[in-house]
Amino acid sequence: MPINILMPALSPTMTEGNLAKWHKGEGDSVQPGDVLAEIETDKATMEVEAVDSGTLGKILVPDGSENVAVNNVIGVLLEDGENVDDIDISATVSATPASEVKEDAVPVISNNSSDSPTATPLARRLAEQAGLDLSTITGTGARGKITRADVEALTDGKAADNVATGAERIFASPLAKRLAAEAGLDLSAIAGTGPQGRIVKADIEKAKTLLPAANVVGGLGMSSGGKFEDVPMSSMRKVIAERMAHSKSNVPHFYLSVDCEIDELLKVRSSLNERLEDGKLSVNDFVIRACALALIEVPEANAGWLGDGMMRLYRSADISVAVALDEGLITPIIPDAESKGLAEISSAMKDLALRARDGKLSPEEYQGGSFTISNLGMFGIKQFDAVINEPQGCILAVGAGEPRPVVKNGEIVPATVMTCTLSCDHRVVDGATGAKLLSAIKRLIEYPPAMLL
Amino acid sequence: MADTSFDIFVIGGGPGGYVAAIRASQLGMKVALAEREHLGGICLNWGCIPTKALLRTSEVHHILHNLDEFGMSAKDISFDIKKIVKRSRNVAKQLNQGVAHLLKKNKVTVFDGTGSVTGSGSVSIIDQDGKQTDISANNIILATGARARTLPGLEPDGKRIWTYREAMVPETLPKSLLVVGSGAIGMEFASFYKDLGSAVTIVEVMDRILPVEDAEISNLAQKSFEAQGMTIHTGAKVHRLKSGAKGVTAELEISGKAEKETYDRAILAVGIVGNVKNIGLEGTSVVVDNSHVTVNEWLETDEKGIFAIGDLVGPPWLAHKASHEGVVCVEHIAGLDTHPLDTSNIPGCTYCRPQIASVGLTESAAIEKGYDVKVGRFPFLANGKAIALGDPEGLVKTVFNEKTGELLGAHMIGPEVTEMIQGYTVARTAEATEAELMHTVFPHPTLSEAMHEAVLDSFGRVIHF
Repeated sequence: MPINILMPALSPTMTEGNLAKWHKGEGDSVQPGDVLAEIETDKATMEVEAVDSGTLGKILVPDGSENVAVNNVIGVLLEDGENVDDIDISATVSATPASEVKEDAVPVISNNSSDSPTATPLARRLAEQAGLDLSTITGTGARGKITRADVEALTDGKAADNVATGAERIFASPLAKRLAAEAGLDLSAIAGTGPQGRIVKADIEKAKTLLPAANVVGGLGMSSGGKFEDVPMSSMRKVIAERMAHSKSNVPHFYLSVDCEIDELLKVRSSLNERLEDGKLSVNDFVIRACALALIEVPEANAGWLGDGMMRLYRSADISVAVALDEGLITPIIPDAESKGLAEISSAMKDLALRARDGKLSPEEYQGGSFTISNLGMFGIKQFDAVINEPQGCILAVGAGEPRPVVKNGEIVPATVMTCTLSCDHRVVDGATGAKLLSAIKRLIEYPPAMLL
Repeated sequence: MADTSFDIFVIGGGPGGYVAAIRASQLGMKVALAEREHLGGICLNWGCIPTKALLRTSEVHHILHNLDEFGMSAKDISFDIKKIVKRSRNVAKQLNQGVAHLLKKNKVTVFDGTGSVTGSGSVSIIDQDGKQTDISANNIILATGARARTLPGLEPDGKRIWTYREAMVPETLPKSLLVVGSGAIGMEFASFYKDLGSAVTIVEVMDRILPVEDAEISNLAQKSFEAQGMTIHTGAKVHRLKSGAKGVTAELEISGKAEKETYDRAILAVGIVGNVKNIGLEGTSVVVDNSHVTVNEWLETDEKGIFAIGDLVGPPWLAHKASHEGVVCVEHIAGLDTHPLDTSNIPGCTYCRPQIASVGLTESAAIEKGYDVKVGRFPFLANGKAIALGDPEGLVKTVFNEKTGELLGAHMIGPEVTEMIQGYTVARTAEATEAELMHTVFPHPTLSEAMHEAVLDSFGRVIHF
């Protein structure tokens, strides 16, 4: 019997993803372990491997398809002796709940297994609108399927504490929604002038006039006279745009700056590096460890905003480190950094950065974290203010270590100075708390042997 | 001593004026209104309403003469034109009294007399006996309406050469009738008299009848009227009408050739002009252009404190447009967050047989505006309810913007289409796209299913045709 190949879930919370590319074409023979296709989520690209052998009979979701729902049938694998006529298209049209599929027919993902909950389409949409994570909902329908009633039970009762509430509903006419989608406009950024503030066609037309003319007339992807080109954003860029805009406009940031003298750190680093066979320690590895220890020392600063009257106090220092990529950035995590030595941090960081650049991180490796470090020192940046990585409460912006004159015992002497700026979410971290954390970080950076204590 | 000071004074008690007055009163303002003749205006007394009463009669007459189709027969069918007119007048009278009651209930002071502006914030009313009352008002709303247009050589005499007014109260049924102009008024009278038995000739200067409607609808209407036995001359002119003892002699120009014909009666239905004279505009900054008062989106004239609504400010000359403008104007005066009237979304209805109704852009107007259109049609011939009614003539046509799915316009000809056009109008107001219209369940069996099917047809998905 032909085997349906399903859209896999790369993480427990994933509900849809993009099918970036098929590695096999229709008619290609497939061996277990062969890479069938690449799936792209907002941050990572993953390979789908074949479990069974056979022939790829039909591709139902072509290359470059966006927002493919998890468990949708994306292709059909034919076993030996079967041909394309054996494919029952009706069996492939709608999403097949994972629980109804033969275990061995589900493609595996290199480093993650799929356990996405099944839900009715309406429940899925309601959960999405309410900002509910399907994996937190217990299904009461057939075979544990999540139904409308299950989602409504949560949304009406505002039950679970760990349920984040979604954005407010936006009222817009159907035509306005369609026009906005076509023009690439974000409805949440448009003020409605219809009844009760409803967004109507006229509002979209007005918003369009505020865009550069080429965006409207030419549309996406059209270039104008060679002076510029309008290109669609990658999934990653869209996520960065959305998250940063949300943070900067919703989180009350305040900033604390401190100068750290790192001559001692550089001395320790070079003497350690002389003794290391491979994998030199970077200044940033020291900063990671310093931050981790400081967060354990000042636990009230190791906190995040949850909303609805709740905040999260982290028990470990899971340090997210911003890694620049060609098309954006990603923040892989060093979990439990307070209990890792410099060498361990250093090698873990190198591995994460390498795989981040290849787009091979699994979601668990970049989702979460309790604190973020962004270091632009390698670009010679002296000082900058970073945007908080929600829901975390703090982010540290690290500048370049450079020789500067400092005053010591009433005399001007040279020192290598690195300016660090801490951005804090004032809803969870007050000025004094932030200052306590930053001075602990400074103390550890300026006297690295203390990291051994 | 009666009150002589008001927040709002409305001149004219038609569907624009009386609705404005009631809305103002609802908003807590002290309101007065002057009406020189009949509350309810032309619409209620000499237009929309009494003609609908007449057309109901001609519809019944038509059915009585086609009873065989329904398995029935009747003998000695006759009518009394005086009784028909009397019924029509009684309908108007009943509603006229209804308006008086509504104004009283809403505490609107009504002055019987001719109102005119006498200065900034002042109005005078002269009643039948010539008695003058002077009033002061913070805001004046002009709602004086319009009257039939006359052209040189085409002057009504009230006996054989009629305007709508005389056509509504005939003493005898004309044997032959010339209708000059084929807009809504002309076509409704043509339909009424034709169904009662007059020989009807229509002369239209444009290249098709009902020239504001979609060309396809005009052509279908013309075919239908000609099949009923009307004579229709398009692209034709009436140069002169002369009333004589034996009838009206008309000098016509048909297909470039001069012709002379004699008819029992003639009806002039060649448009209307705004009532801008003798209402005191001379001493104000109010701008009058081509017999209409110039206003902005909030119905404000160039004179502060003076507003104008309805037929007086221009097309479309429709009662429902006047009423809506009255509400917008008053709410704006009251400082409410109101919306300007969207004149592109006013439905138009003509109650001839077959009925005609439309809203939005015609197909050719949409194309002219540069839209890529998707057009759908559904004939009543394929609609179960229309067949059961014995009235399967006409069609529904929808025009969509191909790119956005916006319903640009809808055009209908056939049974009860005047009652159905609001469905498309609501859809347009709510900015529904083809998707919402397709997802809407239309009840079966109804004439309205043709509206659903026309939408489906626009996107190649029609089921029953």
